[in-house]
Amino acid sequence: MESQTHKEGSNTILTLSGEIDFHVSPKVREAVLAGLDEGQNLLVDLSGVSYIDSSGIASLVEGFQHAKGKSLSFALLGVRDGVMSVLKLTRLDKVFPMFDSVEAATAANK
Amino acid sequence: MAETQQLAEFRFPARTDRLRPAREVVRDALQALGCGREYIDHTVLAVDEATSNVIRHAYAGDETGEVILQVLRRGDALVIRLIDFAPPVDLTTIKPRDLDDVRPGGLGTHIIREIMDKLEFVKPPRGAGNVLEMTRKLEA
Repeated sequence: MESQTHKEGSNTILTLSGEIDFHVSPKVREAVLAGLDEGQNLLVDLSGVSYIDSSGIASLVEGFQHAKGKSLSFALLGVRDGVMSVLKLTRLDKVFPMFDSVEAATAANK
Repeated sequence: MAETQQLAEFRFPARTDRLRPAREVVRDALQALGCGREYIDHTVLAVDEATSNVIRHAYAGDETGEVILQVLRRGDALVIRLIDFAPPVDLTTIKPRDLDDVRPGGLGTHIIREIMDKLEFVKPPRGAGNVLEMTRKLEA
């Protein structure tokens, strides 16, 4: 699992790739919380994520709630079918805002 | 009862870096059976969740513990058997939770129950701690 963070306008973008399971989800959690420490809205780009388990989902939920506490927005980008399937199984597909692009996410926050 | 055919077996220490190869064993076995993509993805996920639970809860971080994963076919059913040598699990503590309460954690058990048709702790062979059998009807 790889992660990279960069800023783009008013957003911090955390790009994750690979498979997210219980072995790597602590690093995802760390990266999500560190991303929010930048003080901007956080977009988590999952377009490169081919697999996620409940511990990975839990890291995203924690990020979502942490963002809310800081009055920041938290959204997912590029959710692939396999990841969407897990979000649907856990009924979180209706909880996370999801977008196909940074532009769409930024427009939604205006 | 239908005859049981073992399709794959993977023995590994209770370490989280073994989760990915365990997933590959299940994926390869199901691909060889000709199962569809979503069926494979969901079954792999359920097995991964159950295996994570063994590592996390049954062995509670003891990386020297052994886990045995077996992929079996029993008639028209797929059976995944997970064997560990940890102390017997208290079944009353394993419960899925209310998903309307949005919070991290506790999702794994729900996922397993959503995907698999049947979950059963069966009598372990001598020396073993817990044997979990997860059954799912094979795709036609």
